[in-house]
Amino acid sequence: MSEHTTLSDLEAAQDNTTAADVQQESVQNFPEPADVGATETMSMQQALNRALAEVMTENPRALILGEDVGQLGGVFRITDGLQKKFGEARVFDTPLAESGILGMSVGLAMAGYHPIPEVQFDGFAYPAVNQIICQVGRMNYRSRGTLPMPITLRVPSFGGIRAPEHHGESLEAMFAHVPGLKVVSPSGPNEAYHLLKYAATRQDPVIFMEPKSRYWQKGPVNTGADAAGYNPNGSRVVREGKHLTLVAWGAMVARCLQVAELAAEDGIEIEVLDLRWLKPIDAEGLAASVAKTRRAVVVHEAPRTSGLGAEVASIITERCFGTLKAPVERVTGFDVPYPSGDLEDEYIPNIDRILYGIQRVLEYRRG
Amino acid sequence: MADVLALDGTGRAELAGEELRELYRLMVAVRYLDESAIRWQRQGLIPGYAPQLGQEAAQVGSGYALDMSRDFVFPTYREMGVARAVGVDMVEYMSTHKATWHGGLYDPKASRFAPIQAVVGGSVLHAVGWAHGQTLDGTPAGELGVAITYFGDGASSQGDVHEAMNFAAVMKAPVVFFIQNNGWAISVPTERQVAGGSVAARAAGYGMPSIQVDGNDVVAVAQATAAALAHARAGKGPAVVEAMTYRRGPHSTSDDPGRYRTLEEERADGGEDPLARMRARLLADGIADEAFFEEALAAAKAEEEQIRAGINALGPRPGTEMFDFVYQEPTQALKAQASAWREESEHV
Repeated sequence: MSEHTTLSDLEAAQDNTTAADVQQESVQNFPEPADVGATETMSMQQALNRALAEVMTENPRALILGEDVGQLGGVFRITDGLQKKFGEARVFDTPLAESGILGMSVGLAMAGYHPIPEVQFDGFAYPAVNQIICQVGRMNYRSRGTLPMPITLRVPSFGGIRAPEHHGESLEAMFAHVPGLKVVSPSGPNEAYHLLKYAATRQDPVIFMEPKSRYWQKGPVNTGADAAGYNPNGSRVVREGKHLTLVAWGAMVARCLQVAELAAEDGIEIEVLDLRWLKPIDAEGLAASVAKTRRAVVVHEAPRTSGLGAEVASIITERCFGTLKAPVERVTGFDVPYPSGDLEDEYIPNIDRILYGIQRVLEYRRG
Repeated sequence: MADVLALDGTGRAELAGEELRELYRLMVAVRYLDESAIRWQRQGLIPGYAPQLGQEAAQVGSGYALDMSRDFVFPTYREMGVARAVGVDMVEYMSTHKATWHGGLYDPKASRFAPIQAVVGGSVLHAVGWAHGQTLDGTPAGELGVAITYFGDGASSQGDVHEAMNFAAVMKAPVVFFIQNNGWAISVPTERQVAGGSVAARAAGYGMPSIQVDGNDVVAVAQATAAALAHARAGKGPAVVEAMTYRRGPHSTSDDPGRYRTLEEERADGGEDPLARMRARLLADGIADEAFFEEALAAAKAEEEQIRAGINALGPRPGTEMFDFVYQEPTQALKAQASAWREESEHV
């Protein structure tokens, strides 16, 4: 690879990036993670459903509650069949009120249960924010550790499905800013299965952000006995490279892998880091990757200002300033309300915008 | 006052001599501690306090009716009288007013008394969740633990209170919604707070029974609460008790009621002092004499002295506690902040 990728190189790469490619991204299987042994192929929706069933089987105090999670199985069918399997006491529909769902979950946790509430869409979490911030995030603290909040809040998240308003929000920075919460987002079926099983067995509240545009993509999931070797903590390098690190989470991981494929055609070897945990952010993992590549671009769907990209850039700068070849670049959604479906492809970072971000970093010159 | 929708539970039978004397002792202890806490604040012992002056009957009466072997209290920030009535450690309770720890230092699980709650209406939903948990536990009807949630006329405006009442009624959760309608939400009177004039009246809309009770009559409050508890304990679902009382003091030690009500209005609206009323009743019924009242006051003073000494002796919590209780499993980032804080604070 030449030290400097030229604009024409990138334009050539972009010429290959058509709407058909974007379409292709949504049907390609998620790359097989390195630590997967015996696997089954399933969609993220199936993987999440399987994880919930196993959590419910292993922990009789685990409960699933939310809007339409019972007989219907949730609007995304993540809880499909679980009420039938575990009964109406353990998988139950609540009235349509998100603050009620979260406030009730706090009380259930105080009574020794492990509630797994679902908020039907990301934007519906807003009415519950008071309970999430003031109660879910603080009860363990307020009670000096005597009333833990083992609440796993599942939130179908992010955009990309041409949905109505408030059905495509990216709330990770808001949640990550709240003391007492942990935030995680899986990028594919295997991650979804393992991270949900892990999150739903913690004693702390975890906001589990499911990339709804990836629900139906299939991939190998290691559900076998060797699944115990899965490391649910920290970030994960999903593609190794040496010239630049792309940092992403949720649905953007698959897109970054596609970008890496395109860049590879020009001899640019991109490392893709699936951050997975958005709180706590894996500073060590970030630093290890960028120490090697010396360049980083962070990609997220959420608006740019005060987005998690800023936190990622700050962590990288603190740890890798001396060896960085360029400032950390952010490729993000814009500081606008999430647009209608017709415009969401303009809003969500696409392959071209990510490639431009990479180009800016590669072409950066000091002074 | 009229029942809006009469409870069919009979609850506790008529209260007899020693029970009535105990109610009075509790009210005196609460009154004396409450008035003392205002003095503590004026003397600089504590930075602030939210007095419950005038609400002794509502708090002691309802707390006295609880079965603390199985019930659980969800307070707000003005339930000192309930805490005292159900046996919470009062130094640990009052520590919140010394700014020692927001939720209080008492163990909420062992005390069966949730941490002090500063969000108005914030804990009402928690009561519903906890109560539904009792049903899920498979406890037979008649033996259910009941969640009692305390809130005021101001909190009744919060959406969470509506959600809680609706959830509880839909799920038939054993909850008693105990409203102390004390006439004022800081400076806003009930008539500009509660449309329709009664929170209890709203219960009918949720299909649950309610009682509006004279909140300055400790016996009436205890009996109404007992009836509501019996209803919930029997598995018949939630109930509402609205105790009509009066906040005789300021909202807090920072408040100035002179800006929104006159002393004449306070005298006219405050009604009968709940303590004077109980005292007259005990005397009239021959249940207590002057010696008893003196003894009760002396006991209250001795108790306050002990609590004040305990509060006085409370130092600030170690700074590490800022970090210790955020998570059950602390993050590396938080541990790093704790280490940095320790290192940097040692050099100050």
